[in-house]
Amino acid sequence: MKIRAQIAMVLNLDKCIGCHTCSVTCKNVWTSREGMEYAWFNNVETKPGIGYPKDWENQDRWNGGWSRKRNGKIEPKIGGKWRILANIFANPNMPEIDDYYEPFTFDYDHLKSAPELEAFPTARPRSLITGERMEKIEWGPNWEEILGGEFAKRSKDVNFEGVQKDIYGQFENTFMMYLPRLCEHCLNPTCAAACPSGAIYKREEDGIVLIDQDKCRGWRMCVSGCPYKKIYFNWSSGKSEKCIFCYPRIEAGQPTVCSETCVGRIRYLGVMLYDADRIEEAASVADEKDLYGAQTEIFLNPEDPTVIAQARADGVPDAWLEAARLSPVYKMAMVWKVAFPLHPEYRTLPMVWYVPPLSPITAAAEAGKMGTDGSMPDVRSLRIPLKYLANLLTAGDEEPVAKGLERMLAMRTYMRAKTIDGVIDEAIAKKVGLTAKQIEEMYHIMAIANYEDRFVIPTAHREVTEDAYELRGQCGFTFGDGCMPSDTSVNLFGGVKLKNDKSKAGAHG
Amino acid sequence: MRDITFTILFVWYPYVCLTVFLLGSLIRYDREQYSWKASSSQILRKKQLAWGSNLFHFSILFLLFGHTLGLLTPTSIYTLLMTVEQKQLVAVIAGGVAGVVCFVGLSLLLHRRLFDVRIRATSTRMDIAVLIILWVQLTLGLITLPYSLAHSDGSAMLILAHWAQGILTLQPVDPNTLQGLDWPYLVHLVLGMTLFLIFPFSRLVHIWSAPVWYLGRRGYQVVRTRRVLTTGSVSESTRQPAELRQ
Repeated sequence: MKIRAQIAMVLNLDKCIGCHTCSVTCKNVWTSREGMEYAWFNNVETKPGIGYPKDWENQDRWNGGWSRKRNGKIEPKIGGKWRILANIFANPNMPEIDDYYEPFTFDYDHLKSAPELEAFPTARPRSLITGERMEKIEWGPNWEEILGGEFAKRSKDVNFEGVQKDIYGQFENTFMMYLPRLCEHCLNPTCAAACPSGAIYKREEDGIVLIDQDKCRGWRMCVSGCPYKKIYFNWSSGKSEKCIFCYPRIEAGQPTVCSETCVGRIRYLGVMLYDADRIEEAASVADEKDLYGAQTEIFLNPEDPTVIAQARADGVPDAWLEAARLSPVYKMAMVWKVAFPLHPEYRTLPMVWYVPPLSPITAAAEAGKMGTDGSMPDVRSLRIPLKYLANLLTAGDEEPVAKGLERMLAMRTYMRAKTIDGVIDEAIAKKVGLTAKQIEEMYHIMAIANYEDRFVIPTAHREVTEDAYELRGQCGFTFGDGCMPSDTSVNLFGGVKLKNDKSKAGAHG
Repeated sequence: MRDITFTILFVWYPYVCLTVFLLGSLIRYDREQYSWKASSSQILRKKQLAWGSNLFHFSILFLLFGHTLGLLTPTSIYTLLMTVEQKQLVAVIAGGVAGVVCFVGLSLLLHRRLFDVRIRATSTRMDIAVLIILWVQLTLGLITLPYSLAHSDGSAMLILAHWAQGILTLQPVDPNTLQGLDWPYLVHLVLGMTLFLIFPFSRLVHIWSAPVWYLGRRGYQVVRTRRVLTTGSVSESTRQPAELRQ
């Protein structure tokens, strides 16, 4: 057993209102630069829909994630090492910018510089890549917002597999949910595995997956390897970039920008302890439906004295063990079992988990045609098909998701009885395998969701791993070349070609 | 005058180019890692790249190894296997086929770079220059083929090989021996050396980083550890790559 700790995230989709504050604050902080306009380290998708980039979940098309070979070993779906190198000159599994969208700006200046006209002047779009006029914007990071577009197109969503999807195109049966997405900081990241340069690595101390911008040579295999399509190739710098989990903030004990600014308070950050020796085993189980269970098995109980002793021996600081015991992520994923990984069938063992959303009861159930289970409605009568959620979160296994939803319904029913009727109904808790005390704690963390309960982040111990004396006189955050400004117009070695002044000001302002 | 020109071009110039090539690469690698990259433009346009890039890269690698092997293998060694005439025939045929394939690929790439509005807009002057120089260089190489066939005795090949070996062994041959060569050979040589000259200042540096080491990576994953500082080993304190067993 080799114990490592990771700061993991849970998103409570039941509370997401789809406001995109996470996406916008993230963009403002990290990707407001030339080459990264189309890169949304965090984006929010309306489901059902094909998502961003187009059709990203369709691994028959993009070949992201891992595949299990006949001998039980796993290798990246884009191929083993030889095959990856053979494809290096032209990557057959890589999306084009149009699968995201061509970044654009508007001719704002025209609004004030236009001569007197009959009609109002307008700001027409212009490509940020070529500078040319764009007559029509065809796609964007959030094109399907609130079920935008025809159902025929949105229903290409692969999560409809096994669902009689035709009826959901009818107005009366429409359902909708939001899915905020960021890098999963996987235990078994395919991006890192596919990187021929070895530039992508997982940090041992907190599990954050980063791309070493100095070592990245732009072979772009990571873009294909990542099944979540959360690696973005910077077309200006020629290097790949990805969500950095706001590591400078995490190291200081602060939540990521997306979590901090979430107005719905849906995001949770906490420590998870896991057994690094069993990653491969967990990622290689034969049946895809067992992957969710296999991943929970390598998570370790932070209360267990043997785990604590081994973790100490493996160098996990005491503050981290203390944080692990208070971790809201551990509670939701492991104790209450209401949070699930996103597409475990990719075999990457993702570490950003989701609490599935409850939804209104269908008209059929209200009319008495479908069962309500006592005072609680049957989760199968909820508007969002259970199978759809299971395809998203548990490789199609409906049982765990149903149980999670039941527990959330039970929490509502229990608290309603308590606060409205003044009745403590232990039976409700018992019915879903919890105690009244656990339900109250669930309520406290998931419904009230105070800041200090959502974010339990121990600080990194930089003082013991870095010598401040060595860092003196450095330039702080730069583009990898110390104090050399590689983006100045005069540079012997080319550097980065920045085309417009706007980005130049934005990049290093 | 002709003598001096030949001395400059074929005795001095190669050393200038090699020095700039090696020192420039070293300095850029040391100082400008962030600029060290393949500069792929695939994200912006797939069209023409799948064919162009694959045809170009596989054949240019073949040509590169072919030139290295052909120019630098001492005559006494390959004559154990074949005659000089046979070697030239092998070189002309193999090089000719690879050259034609490369020509198709490179022309696709050059066309894409010049006429695709996205690629053109994001190209540096050096990106375009490198492609044009490579295209001219390749064309010159193809032009030499009929000349080589005219000297089926391999005499031109021997002169070139001796010159290249002389440069690398720091015993440059008398540049006058090159005076008898036809013009395409000479221009091909000069332009070839020029490629070495501009190498460190262009995207060509990605050749140094051909990620063959990937094949030797144990397992797939990469994990970096922060070692806890111990007194006296400050330089050891930065992150060390470690391999995750898998």
